[in-house]
Amino acid sequence: MLESEKVLASTLLTPGLLILVLFIAYPFVMALWYSLTSIRVGDPGQFVGLDNFVKAWNDTIFQVAFKNTVFYTFWATIFKLALGMWLALLLNRSFRFKRIIRASMLLPFIIPTVLSAFAWRWMFDPTFSVMNWLLFHTGMIADRLPFLSSGDWAMWCAVLVNTWRGMPFFAITLLAGLQTISPDLHEAAALDGANAWHRFWHVTWPLLMPVTLVVVVFSVIQTFSDFQLIYVLTGGGPANSTHLVATYAYQVGVASGLLGEGAALSLFMFPVLFAVVWIQLRFMKRMEGA
Amino acid sequence: MKRRKFLKATGAGLAATGLAGILAAHRAPVFAQANTLHVLRWNDFVPAADKVLREVYVPEVQKALGIKLNVETVNANDIPARATAAIQSGNGPDIFNFLNNYPQLYAAAAQDVSDVADEVAKSQGGIYDLPKALCTVSGKWVAVPWSTVPALIAYRKSWFDEIGVKEFPKTWAAYHEAGKKLKAMKRPIGQTLGHTFGDAPTFAYPLMWSYGGQEVDAKGKVVLNSKETVDSVRMMAQFWKDAHDEGGLAWDDSNNNRAFLSGDVSATLNGASIYVAALNGADKFKTDKGAPLHTDIQHAPLPNGPKGAFPYHTAFTDMVMKYSKNTKGAKEYLRWAHSKANYEKWIVVQKGFAIAPTRDWENHPMWNADPVMLPFKTASRSGRAMGFGGAPDKRAAEAWNKYIIVDMYANAASGKMKPEESVKAAASELAKIYT
Repeated sequence: MLESEKVLASTLLTPGLLILVLFIAYPFVMALWYSLTSIRVGDPGQFVGLDNFVKAWNDTIFQVAFKNTVFYTFWATIFKLALGMWLALLLNRSFRFKRIIRASMLLPFIIPTVLSAFAWRWMFDPTFSVMNWLLFHTGMIADRLPFLSSGDWAMWCAVLVNTWRGMPFFAITLLAGLQTISPDLHEAAALDGANAWHRFWHVTWPLLMPVTLVVVVFSVIQTFSDFQLIYVLTGGGPANSTHLVATYAYQVGVASGLLGEGAALSLFMFPVLFAVVWIQLRFMKRMEGA
Repeated sequence: MKRRKFLKATGAGLAATGLAGILAAHRAPVFAQANTLHVLRWNDFVPAADKVLREVYVPEVQKALGIKLNVETVNANDIPARATAAIQSGNGPDIFNFLNNYPQLYAAAAQDVSDVADEVAKSQGGIYDLPKALCTVSGKWVAVPWSTVPALIAYRKSWFDEIGVKEFPKTWAAYHEAGKKLKAMKRPIGQTLGHTFGDAPTFAYPLMWSYGGQEVDAKGKVVLNSKETVDSVRMMAQFWKDAHDEGGLAWDDSNNNRAFLSGDVSATLNGASIYVAALNGADKFKTDKGAPLHTDIQHAPLPNGPKGAFPYHTAFTDMVMKYSKNTKGAKEYLRWAHSKANYEKWIVVQKGFAIAPTRDWENHPMWNADPVMLPFKTASRSGRAMGFGGAPDKRAAEAWNKYIIVDMYANAASGKMKPEESVKAAASELAKIYT
């Protein structure tokens, strides 16, 4: 029977398809169904159409959380890309202890987010922050800096921690991309009189673009749906200044038991992420065509 | 034993246990589950109390009831996630020890425990009104009150003496004045207005009530946006600037403990855990003059506002889950644990940090041991619940969990909004919940 290509193909595809259905399609469909019902913890509720989405849309905390999520994702991705690229270019050179340094650079990415977020929370502690202590005792500040107690500061602190954690992923992926670029191209450009910036802009950057796009897509998805870091670092405070869509959906869906409303809130992330991925993939396809 | 013999023996064993029957019933065999009980509760701020549960209760429950007790403790903030997962899957701890008005949220998944609660109330002088309001739905007990952690202000007696305040301020205005002087001496008041389950709402709600503000009226209409609420927010915004450690906007429930114990703040609303820690660490925690810190700590209730003082004290309640396969054992355990002899083993270790939900315990000799703890003894006599002047129901729980009242004060204290704007925004959020 396996002689038949159709049967063989179906047999080989079935396990993968089952995994997709069980672990991706089923939870997604359930979330979709929940979002259309008034389900609460312990109460299956009833079909309410788009009520949960309308309620979320008019919810001012959700509006704040959505804006925060866009801000957080935008700046964290920009910083991760810029710093990751810079780090990758540095690591692409030859120097002593290159391997050890490349491996150790991955540490922030390897450490569980909850642990590193706790460590950062201690560093930003309003009363006992080691950074405040250092700055104060070196005479650089007279009053404590409000790392997590001011809404604006807290959001930038969250961006900083996310950048610190995600940058190694960018650096190591871009480094892999850099190593596929033939040194001959750089030599040829140098012989033609191109300086370092020109060589980067006209040789390295275009060749690195496909890898960069892939890594940016992954990062946007992860950052936009980030939960752990904010949950541990600020809990969404002060006064919702750092709430992201995911943390707010958790607060509504899990802490308040409103599973339907929580599902609707989290589903607001889907069209945004879908659009980002679609645009970037289209862009990549066009580049490949060119 | 030879392989063939072994297979025969194990095969016979499996047959004897009725494997087919077990599979058909879709549940573990009764003998393996009936005498076990899984209790999930928070990591107590008094670790010695958890030790009593594990080292005293577990063997004694086994001996007295034949029940194998499994006590699991987690971070208080993680309990809702565990409860949601357990209720939705119909599988998890037999008893959840919940905080605040969670029994209202999870009432649909609760076993009726009115018989146990009535017995406890009858035998111990009655259950206080606040835990009763939190644990009953339509007159039915959906959880049995286990304890209450009263929130009182812990303050540095000598520091208040130094500014000429010999008795703790009785009004917000007097507290404001004292705090101003203390902050000028780099001894601010410490208070969280962050997103944290205990100290932030237990401060914000009573402050609002003391001015006459309330979330809803008796009919459930949102009446938050009132002159009284605005006055309380205006007072707090100025009070914050003049007298508080402004880092408190990012504090959780443990920050004020650390700040107080390290001498960074002069007063803070808290359970007795600061005093208990200072008492247990007398060699470690000292005053600026080198005396043990606990000798300089006193407790006082929150000051009065124009309409009086109405505290909220954090309630802990045991809910027997409907999905439990051992509800009978769970109720037996609760009866056993609430009996005077057994409950005493746990409550005395608390030294007043947690107090009993029933009135008879006010007469226990433990209260003669330390006069500093006396204000905790009767703390439960008064108090209001979230959602006042309506019921502390699901909607009140949602408002509480969204930190709407806490953020109303935080927005004004941080200068992000004017008091009027902050109250209006909070009222608008509340209205969406109460529609």
